[in-house]
Amino acid sequence: MSGVFVKTVVSADQLGRTIVRIAHEILEKDQEPGQLALVGIHTRGAHLAHRLAKLMEQFTGQQIAVGELDISLYRDDVAARGSLTVRSRLAQPEIKGTNLPFSIDDMTIVLVDDVLFTGRTIRAAIDALFDYGRPSCIQLAVLVDRGHRELPIRPDFVGKNLPTSQGERINVRLSEVDGEDEIVLEATREGVES
Amino acid sequence: MNRNLLSINDLSREDIESLLATARVDFLDLSKRDIKKVPTLRGRTVIDLFYEKSTRTSTSFELAGKRLSADVINVKADSSAVGKGESLKDTTLTLNAYRPDIIVIRHPHVGAAAFVARYTDAHVINAGDGMGEHPTQCLLDIFSLQQEFGDLSGLKVAIVGDILHSRVARSNIIGFQKMGMKVTLVAPPGLLPRGVEALGVAGQRAGTRSSDRPDGGRSGADLKVAHSLDALADVGVIYLLRMQKERHEGGNFLPSLREYIARYQVGLRHLSDGKKVLHPGPINRGVEIEGALADSPENLILQQVEAGLAVRMAIMYRLIVDSAVADAGAAVDTEAGAAKPAAEVKNIHAVG
Repeated sequence: MSGVFVKTVVSADQLGRTIVRIAHEILEKDQEPGQLALVGIHTRGAHLAHRLAKLMEQFTGQQIAVGELDISLYRDDVAARGSLTVRSRLAQPEIKGTNLPFSIDDMTIVLVDDVLFTGRTIRAAIDALFDYGRPSCIQLAVLVDRGHRELPIRPDFVGKNLPTSQGERINVRLSEVDGEDEIVLEATREGVES
Repeated sequence: MNRNLLSINDLSREDIESLLATARVDFLDLSKRDIKKVPTLRGRTVIDLFYEKSTRTSTSFELAGKRLSADVINVKADSSAVGKGESLKDTTLTLNAYRPDIIVIRHPHVGAAAFVARYTDAHVINAGDGMGEHPTQCLLDIFSLQQEFGDLSGLKVAIVGDILHSRVARSNIIGFQKMGMKVTLVAPPGLLPRGVEALGVAGQRAGTRSSDRPDGGRSGADLKVAHSLDALADVGVIYLLRMQKERHEGGNFLPSLREYIARYQVGLRHLSDGKKVLHPGPINRGVEIEGALADSPENLILQQVEAGLAVRMAIMYRLIVDSAVADAGAAVDTEAGAAKPAAEVKNIHAVG
């Protein structure tokens, strides 16, 4: 089921500018940097959160708390197809877990992920966060919103809206993991022929 | 992982590394949170079926199941229909009618866990079958050693004590060698199983049984045998076993316990060069382990208990997840894109 239709929809330059814009927007929302923490969802959300935090520190001169969240244990489909996602994580040479090196109590938490799709990952992430404490507020920042929500979840900060069909795949590629920055859209052979 | 965990031989070295990585990353720190529970196995049923006395194994399996949000039922043989003469087969069939997802079984007879697995659809975890195996203990021991030493390749370990009656020893002799460790068995001849050298990796490769020489036979073998604590000089880890007096009835395995203590009790004086001591518990102070050593930070006994919880959570989680993966097929999907046919590929456009 490899993609036969592959198209770069966001280049490295555009992607860099988009991240800068999101960083500004998060700060612009009149938030106290000391009360603000970014929590990225593994794997690419975590890298994005660290990039955003770095930029926000440059803009404000203040340190921004940043952590990483793994939501495998909170998925709603552990014994169904979602276990494949869990399995592909477990097959990685070095699996990463949750790392929140600060108390999230009474903080404004900005969840960061690369692609917002069904919303189920975000639901799981919110559940996971509440097992670590009681934030005063949770916001959501995503690089791409591709639609097809299955839950009443909406992002507060969006890099790009990329309307897609179910059979397409949005791949956010980041230099930290993939060697380069870009967003590509893939469609399957079945998708092209139908 | 396979469908069940009956023997440490059900797992390859890669399986063990992957399983223990899950335990380390996902479960070890869970106990440090205020909320020590994850919803992963919500709605699942775990039955712990214990035909032998146990403190740490039964509590840690119960806690592991509960912290994964499964419903956990404990069945103890002495307070169940087993006391009324029900056979293991009938008990298993009865419990299976409740459609449990996992059955954890501890039983005094070798092969009991494999027997249960024949009569249930649940995943079966062997929590000790007589003098057979104790694979979850082996996994938590490997985990504890990894936490202390990192990579275990080449690490030398001496297993000291009542090896003949020890299912822990049987699993660990196999498991430690799988991880690349060099194992020496230290015990009086009466407490060693005959032909135990055949469990050596090298012995198995050569297809020969080693001789009865004190060094374990062929030079270069991974599994050695010694009858004196002098063999502890060059090891990094001392793994102590309890004298299983309850299994000594009707046999003459030792000249006397006092002689055993004089020759084989391990104490602080045997520790040097950062040697660490493990013990599966329960310990008998003053028998296999000197009191001062039992109270010393040089032993990792409480780390083993802590590891047991994380490792058992990982085992339950992986049995369920891995079998679900097998059922769902080989395809891999991600949150970013499902692999369903697309309808409107040509209408792709980015809206910035």
